[in-house]
Amino acid sequence: MRGDALAARLLRPRSAAEACRLLARTPGAIALAGGTDAMVAWNAGGLAGRTFVDLSRLRPWTRIRANRAELTIGALATHAAIIDDPFVRRRLPLLAAACATVGGVQIQNRGTLGGNIANASPAGDTFPPLAVYEAAVVATNGTARREIPFLDVFAGVKRTTLAPGELIEAVRVKAPRRPGRQMFRKVGTRAAQAISKAVAAGLLWLRRDGTVEELRFALGSVAPTVRRLRAAEAYVRGRRLTPEVVGEAARLVAEDVSPIDDVRSTAAYRLAVSRNLLSSFLSARP
Amino acid sequence: MTAVGRNARRREGPEKLCGVAHYVDDTPLPGCLHGATLRTTIPRGRIVRIAFDPAFPWQECVIARAEDIAGLNRVALIEADQPLLVEREVRHAAEPILLVAHPSRARALAALEHVQVEYEEEQPVLDPEKSEVVFKRFDVARGDVARGLSEADVIVEGTFRLPHQEHAYIETNGAAAFWEADGSLVVIGSLQCPYYVQKALKGIFGLTERQVRVIQAATGGGFGGKEEYPNMICAHAALLARKAGRPVKVVYDRQEDMLATTKRHPAVIRHRTGVARDGRLVAQDIDVLMDGGAYVTLSPVVLSRGTLHATGPYACPNVRIQSRVVATNTPPNGAFRGFGAPQTLFAAELQMDRVAAALGVDPLELRRRNVLGPGATLAVGQVLRESVGAAKALEACVKRSRYAARRRACSAWNRRAGAPSWRGVGLSIAHHGAGFTGSGEVYLASRAAVSLTRHGEVRVLAASTEFGQGTTTMFAQIAAASLGLPVELVSVATPDTSQVPNSGPTVASRTTMIVGRLVRQAALDLKAALVEAAGAVPATRAGLLAAARALCEGEPERRFEARYEKPEGVAWDDATYTGDAYEAYSYAAMAVELEIDRTTYEVRVRHATVAADIGTVIHPLFAEGQVIGGVVQGLGYALLESAVYEGGAMKNPRLTDYVIPTSLDTPRIDVVFVPAPYSRGPFGAKGVGELPMDVPGPAVAAAVHHALGVFIPELPITPERIAAALHGAA
Amino acid sequence: MRLALTVNGQRRSIACPPMKRLIDVLREDLGLTGTKEGCGEGECGACTVLLDGAAVNACLIPVGQVGGGRVETVESLGRPGRLAPLQEAFLENGAAQCGICTPGMLMAAAAYVRAGGRASDAAIRTALAGNLCRCTGYAHIVRAVARAARSRRVRPPR
Repeated sequence: MRGDALAARLLRPRSAAEACRLLARTPGAIALAGGTDAMVAWNAGGLAGRTFVDLSRLRPWTRIRANRAELTIGALATHAAIIDDPFVRRRLPLLAAACATVGGVQIQNRGTLGGNIANASPAGDTFPPLAVYEAAVVATNGTARREIPFLDVFAGVKRTTLAPGELIEAVRVKAPRRPGRQMFRKVGTRAAQAISKAVAAGLLWLRRDGTVEELRFALGSVAPTVRRLRAAEAYVRGRRLTPEVVGEAARLVAEDVSPIDDVRSTAAYRLAVSRNLLSSFLSARP
Repeated sequence: MTAVGRNARRREGPEKLCGVAHYVDDTPLPGCLHGATLRTTIPRGRIVRIAFDPAFPWQECVIARAEDIAGLNRVALIEADQPLLVEREVRHAAEPILLVAHPSRARALAALEHVQVEYEEEQPVLDPEKSEVVFKRFDVARGDVARGLSEADVIVEGTFRLPHQEHAYIETNGAAAFWEADGSLVVIGSLQCPYYVQKALKGIFGLTERQVRVIQAATGGGFGGKEEYPNMICAHAALLARKAGRPVKVVYDRQEDMLATTKRHPAVIRHRTGVARDGRLVAQDIDVLMDGGAYVTLSPVVLSRGTLHATGPYACPNVRIQSRVVATNTPPNGAFRGFGAPQTLFAAELQMDRVAAALGVDPLELRRRNVLGPGATLAVGQVLRESVGAAKALEACVKRSRYAARRRACSAWNRRAGAPSWRGVGLSIAHHGAGFTGSGEVYLASRAAVSLTRHGEVRVLAASTEFGQGTTTMFAQIAAASLGLPVELVSVATPDTSQVPNSGPTVASRTTMIVGRLVRQAALDLKAALVEAAGAVPATRAGLLAAARALCEGEPERRFEARYEKPEGVAWDDATYTGDAYEAYSYAAMAVELEIDRTTYEVRVRHATVAADIGTVIHPLFAEGQVIGGVVQGLGYALLESAVYEGGAMKNPRLTDYVIPTSLDTPRIDVVFVPAPYSRGPFGAKGVGELPMDVPGPAVAAAVHHALGVFIPELPITPERIAAALHGAA
Repeated sequence: MRLALTVNGQRRSIACPPMKRLIDVLREDLGLTGTKEGCGEGECGACTVLLDGAAVNACLIPVGQVGGGRVETVESLGRPGRLAPLQEAFLENGAAQCGICTPGMLMAAAAYVRAGGRASDAAIRTALAGNLCRCTGYAHIVRAVARAARSRRVRPPR
């Protein structure tokens, strides 16, 4: 354990405005939600002497509220709470599935959706579902709110487009029309408690004639940020999913991802699996 | 009812289950400081300068350096080549340079950031195949390999590669030390071998045996990783404690433990195998290369055990084994459950599957034809006279796993159009020698004792440590059964060099068979004395108390000690490296069924079956626990565990990135025991600890071959390697 | 900083820096060394305790974040002379070997059994997937938890 508690500060604001103010004016301050990422870095000695701004007093941010077809998930809702939420289970099953693959129960009980997004790991397991659900992130700087399309929150590996002193307050997700086909698949380093080598979510709507009305497919861990497969999505629109079309769509995966070699996997594997994930989704029998 | 063969309650279980067992870091030591270790960051070169940040409050810290070492700056083991603290020459990128102690562990670690070390770097040797420094070599020859190969109908060649493996015990290495007013040293450690630590500390501090007391704390897993490294960390704690004049604890965090402590030896193994058309092995030409890392540590004996198991459990008239372990500029590799044998057995067993494929026969039939039986002669000339359960284990495993039916079912599944996965069944079999190799046990001359205290307590005294296997409970069972007492009336002393005789290290699958035998002998001596004094062994506490009065004659205890004696007819010649390499071997066969996802190449082990001959089973539940636990470590080795090295240092020293199996990665595992009792083992028992580590690697690789039709002769068999094997993608 | 915690049913007042981790507060300030640190990364689960009834990793929680909370550690279960049924199930089934993962494993299992978890192999394995064990290969642990889950069911209603 390398974090020196005596050389660090933990501030506990009571309001969002106060939290944003503290974050804005304290250089290097870190917003602390469930701590499942920040505390790992702290324990490794990576955040020595920093100021932590604990958000856990912002109770309203733990809420999950449904309003007709739209769900607002407070930034501090834990993965466990999201898994248990009836609306999520029924209308956003890919998100529930993703949350259930994040760490073990201990991590699910502490880790929050907002923290997960703000951490901006390329391997964030909830990101592909949120990308295909076309969620929006509600950010606040304490005085004003703005809504950011989900994909636009990420600027790069562990980087967001949030301004200093700006916090994720909630995530808004509209339940989609009932899809003809949907999938979430995490390809981790092992069966549980794993970091993704690739993680995918897909939604597919077919017309009566068997042509594709719409495909949404997102992949994580294969680029600095989560990616929608725009080229493949556009290509299959209006087409029947013949083996040739599926093959071409899989080939187009490379247009939207840029996997790398790291300690967990290889670029070649990640690309091959990305293609397989898309083709098996598109080829699945109804 | 005899105490042997029953599931006695785990002795130390209740304390562990209630969180009151004291592991090193739990041991209360008022006023203790916490030590931290400054380490090298280059794999090879020289230290030119060490500078301390003048702005840092060093007065809060105690610093220990090489010049503070009173005796020899060497951690004594087989060779005395490894410094306790590096002075100039750097041989790997995690060597200790100096130590800092502080009342706060975080502060001690933070202080390290304020020391600058300047190096002159040299070109490191990181590839063992390019190393010119050979720590040890062995040459084994039986028959005439050249002739055997020339007469063979089919010759199959193969190269096999095995990686580092991290022990990943859940308790990291740690030690606590303090000095008594009389100048003697007390060390409490998470360790397997208290007397190894004592020996190392004697040399480093220039002390006598009596001046060094080593006590084993509750130990949170070892697997070989706490066989020899504790010599180093205990000495570090002692050095700081001496300098500080206060107790000091040194407990590594996970990252430091993974970076600095030992791993399983990586190996490259080449086989050239000649077989007759009917499947008889006629020649095995085997070349073994192991990577020892920067210092000798235990490499020669790891290589020896690896060499002696390199043929697999088969009889072959013509064998040549050439083996060597070489130096590289990486942290030293050391003992890890199996001790060289899992590497060479992986190669030997997968080679059998390659031979079977070349001959077009089922791998089971090839094994049946060649497996060791009573009267077989091993490559080093050892004739197996008794207790050879290899064939029995193989048949039991085949039957229980429904090998033939499952293999057919998997083949049918793979032919199905649109199947989402490939399935396969693989088989492996292994022998594993119990006890130290060759004349090792003779040199160790281990001692164990059973005493009757004045208070009527029967106590087992041995330095053999408990770190999960059930040593303590099993000793109580052996002593109780020998005396004809209920197991509850026997206690077992905590390993403490000031209290217990040196029963040798707790390694090499030797505790049950070798030390257990000593415990039994000592118990039988006590029994004889009781019978003489009281006419019989009293079966109650009151009776024992009365007998104790007579037997102890005013002394605190009457102790009966047994010493290892080489059994008659067992002979080993160090000079020629021939003879009885081990008194007895245990045997295991494993069948594994697995499934490979066609989309992601992920492997899921569906089921595993292990049949084992470990002689008489002393404690069925613990023995099963050893087998299942070892098999799961072996499945990790086979499928998951990958220590990534860059510049001679582990690049993923975290449990997040070096992944071991979770409960969801682990299949149901059926265990069957098929005892072929060993006449000289206590109640017929042999060894069990290492054996289960030998079989998963080759069984998994064979199952992958069955599923895909491709041999992957390298561990771990990751989805990446499977994808590459299928598509040529890397 | 001074804060209050309810630990194993007792109100405790603790003076320490708020960034001190819950595990260190338990072990150092309260002398409850049953909770173990295996990795400091939230990966091994050896430090699992219950916080307001939910299993969490005590190595990832600055104590300042959980003031007023209710913490349960392994020490709350039973004593060596009087084991809780869950501990007894562990002992009888060989679920503790080296014992270092055991306290965390017990607390994860306690949360599972208390929540009404079934004696299903797959469900138990999922519930324990955040706790690494390097000794047992999990089989005996799963069996012990199944036993505890079952006995909880057969207990007559109060």
